[in-house]
Amino acid sequence: MTTTTSVPSKLSASTVAGHDVDPDAPLLQVEDLRVEFTMPTGTVVANDRVNYQLDAGETLAILGESGSGKSVSAQAVMGIIDSPPGAITGGAVRYRGIDLLQLPEKDRRKVRGDHISIIFQDALTALNPVYTVGFQIAEMLRVHRGTSKSEARKVAVDLMDRVKIPSARERLDAYPHEFSGGMRQRVMIAMSLALDPAVLIADEPTTALDVTVQAQVMDLLAELQAETGMGLILITHDLGVVAEVADRVAVMYAGRIVETGEIDDVYHTPTHPYTIGLMESLPQLDVKGGRLRPIPGSPPDLTRRPSGCAFHPRCRFAQQVCVDKDPELRIPAASMVDDDRLAACHFSEEIVDAQ
Amino acid sequence: MPSDATDAEQQMQPAEQQMTVDRSGDEPVLEVRNLVKHFPLTQGIVFKRTIGQIQAVDDVSFSIRPGETLGLVGESGSGKSTVARTLLRLHEPTGGEAFFQGQDLFTMSNKDMRAARRDIQMIFQDPYSSLNPRMTVGDIIAEPWRIHTGILPRNEQRDRVAELLDLVGLNPDHINRFPHQFSGGQRQRIGVARALAVNPSVIIADEPVSALDVSVQAQVVNLLEDIQAEFGIAFLFIAHDLSVVRHIADRVAVMYLGKIIEIGTEEQIYDRPTHPYTQALLSAAPIADPRRRAASERILLQGDLPSPSNPPSGCRFRTRCWLFNQMKEEDEATGGNRTDKCINEPPELAERDYDHPSACHYPQERHIIETVDRAEVTTPGDDLP
Repeated sequence: MTTTTSVPSKLSASTVAGHDVDPDAPLLQVEDLRVEFTMPTGTVVANDRVNYQLDAGETLAILGESGSGKSVSAQAVMGIIDSPPGAITGGAVRYRGIDLLQLPEKDRRKVRGDHISIIFQDALTALNPVYTVGFQIAEMLRVHRGTSKSEARKVAVDLMDRVKIPSARERLDAYPHEFSGGMRQRVMIAMSLALDPAVLIADEPTTALDVTVQAQVMDLLAELQAETGMGLILITHDLGVVAEVADRVAVMYAGRIVETGEIDDVYHTPTHPYTIGLMESLPQLDVKGGRLRPIPGSPPDLTRRPSGCAFHPRCRFAQQVCVDKDPELRIPAASMVDDDRLAACHFSEEIVDAQ
Repeated sequence: MPSDATDAEQQMQPAEQQMTVDRSGDEPVLEVRNLVKHFPLTQGIVFKRTIGQIQAVDDVSFSIRPGETLGLVGESGSGKSTVARTLLRLHEPTGGEAFFQGQDLFTMSNKDMRAARRDIQMIFQDPYSSLNPRMTVGDIIAEPWRIHTGILPRNEQRDRVAELLDLVGLNPDHINRFPHQFSGGQRQRIGVARALAVNPSVIIADEPVSALDVSVQAQVVNLLEDIQAEFGIAFLFIAHDLSVVRHIADRVAVMYLGKIIEIGTEEQIYDRPTHPYTQALLSAAPIADPRRRAASERILLQGDLPSPSNPPSGCRFRTRCWLFNQMKEEDEATGGNRTDKCINEPPELAERDYDHPSACHYPQERHIIETVDRAEVTTPGDDLP
C-alpha cells in the first residue's frame, strides 16, 4: 500500500461518502459561514460571513489574534464545534461541491479524518496518554478502513518514517510522554495523514514549539504537501510563519475576514487598516532601531461587539460611516490592487491611493 | 570580555546614545560571574536518593550597565529563566557570584537580600497568574510599599498609584478594579507599574510580551522602552522571540543548554554571528516578508535539545551542530581530526579572531540576515493621515 498513489484518486473520485461531487467545484469552499455561541451573558457571533476557498496543492493561511474566530472556522469545517453552546447558524461548507453541513452525521464522519483532517496546537493534550503512539496512528486505519491490526501497524511505521521520526519501528510502542514536543507534533501529523486527506487543517501547529523545531515541522508540512497535492489551511497568529509558507492569506478580526488575497500583495499593499496595523506593530528580525507603531486599544470582547465596523474604535482612519455601517467584504474599486483581493473597509480605495 | 566590546562600540557611535541614557564609562549595575545552578534529580518517595544533576545553568557570566538592555535569548530548556530566578534567589545558586552595587547577592543576609530585591524588580510572563485576583489594582501596585516600608507614607500612596497608572497608560480611575476586568496587555501594564513603584535600578523581565497578541505586544514594548529612557533602568530582557529582542536590546546573550554560547551587541549577534547555533537560530526564525522567502537559505538543525541532566561531552551543541557534521564529513575524506576537539574539550566563551566572544572552537562569521534600518522601511500606512 503506497500512500502517495491513493491521494490523486481521492482528488479524482466521483463520489464522497456516497454523494456525487461537482467536478468543477473548488476543493473546499466556505460560504457565508456563521457560528454562534450561546453564553449566559448573551450570544457571541464567533464567525460572521466567513468566506474562503482552497484549491488542491494550495496553502491558505488564516491569520488572526486570539478571539478573532480563526480556530472556530476550522472547527466548523471539521464539524467538531462543541454544541451546545456553539451552533452553525448559517452558510455552507462545500467540499468538492458537497455541502458538508447538509450531510447526515453518519456521512459526515466518513469525510472527517478521511478527506479533511486536522492537527492541533497542543499535541500532548490531543494525543491519548494511555495508548502507544503506534496504536493511535493505526487506530485511524482500523476504524476507517477496517485494516487488520498487523497491517495497520506496518502502515503506522511507514507513516512515522514519512514524518521523519527516527527509528520508527522501535518507537511505535512508546507513549506520547516519551516524545519531545516536536516529535509529538510529528506523530499528530502522521495520524492526520494516515488516510491521505485532500485537505489538512493545521491549527497553530508550531505555536508551542521552539523556533528551530518550528522550522523542521513547517518544512515537513511543505514537503508532504508537495508530495500529496493536498490543500493546507494554516491557522496562526504568526505573521512570520504566514509569510514563509502561505500562498494566500485571510486576515480575521472579531469573527470576520477583513482582508484576503495573494500573500505577496497583502503584505506589500494591504487595503485594510487592521492589516496595516499588524504590519506596523510587528518587530522584525531584519529591521533595526526605530519605534513600533502599535494598534491602540485591544481586540473587542465579542459579547460587546462595537457597532458598524468592529475595528473602528482602534482605527486611525475611522469616520462616522464606520460607526454606523458594517462594511461588506468587497473587491476594492477599479482593482487598484490584484484581482484576487477582497477587503472589508469603507476606505480601501483611499488607503491604496495614499500608498 | 563583552563589556570592552560595548565600550568601544559606544565610543564609535556617540549619536546612538542620545536616544537612551548616556551610560559610557558607567560601572555595571549588575555583574554575574560563573553562575551555576544545578537541580538535584531524585528517585524514590520515602527514601529520596539523588541520582543526578540537572545542569540548568552552567558557568554563566555577564554584566549590565545602568540604562542598558541585555537580551537573553534561547529555546525552552536553555536555562534563561533559571538565570533570572537564581539572581533574585528564588532558587539558591549552586555556585558563582552576582554583584549588585558592589555586593554579592549570593552571600547576602536575608535582610540585605530583601533590600536588594527592592532595587531589582521582576516582570513575569503570564499577566493572568502573576496578579492576585482578589486584590484591587490599587492594592497590587501599593503592595511593594507594604513590604519595603518607609518608601512612601500611607497617605500619599493612593495618589502615587494613580500617577503610576497614568504613567503606564492606564486610566487612574480604574484603581479599584480587579485584574479580571483588564485585558492581557493592560494586566502586563499593571505588572510594570508594580515594578516601578519602588524605583528599581534593574528590571528582570521574563518573557514579558510573549503571551500578548502582536498588536498589544507592540504597546508594551514601547512602554518598556519609554520607562527605560525616562528612569535609566537596566533591563535583563529574557525572551525566545528573536525579533522582539533585536528591537529592544542593546546587547544580546544567546544561551544553549545552560551556557551562554555567544554574546555581543545587537549588531554583532544579528549581523555578524560567529557561533553555528546563533546562525541556525537566526536562519530558522521566520521573516515577515513573503518576497524574502526565496532569498533566505535555511540552516536546519537536526533533532531536539539534549537532556540537561546528561549534556554531551565537550561542546554541548555538537550533537545538533551543522558545522560539526560538515567538518566531520570533510575530515573523513582528508583524514583530519578537527571534530575531536569538539567532542573532548568544552569551548570557552572567548574572542577568537572576531570582535565578540563566542563559545565555538571554530567560529566563522556568517551573514544570515539582510538588515535594513527602520528609518528606511516605508510601511504602507506612512503617508496616511
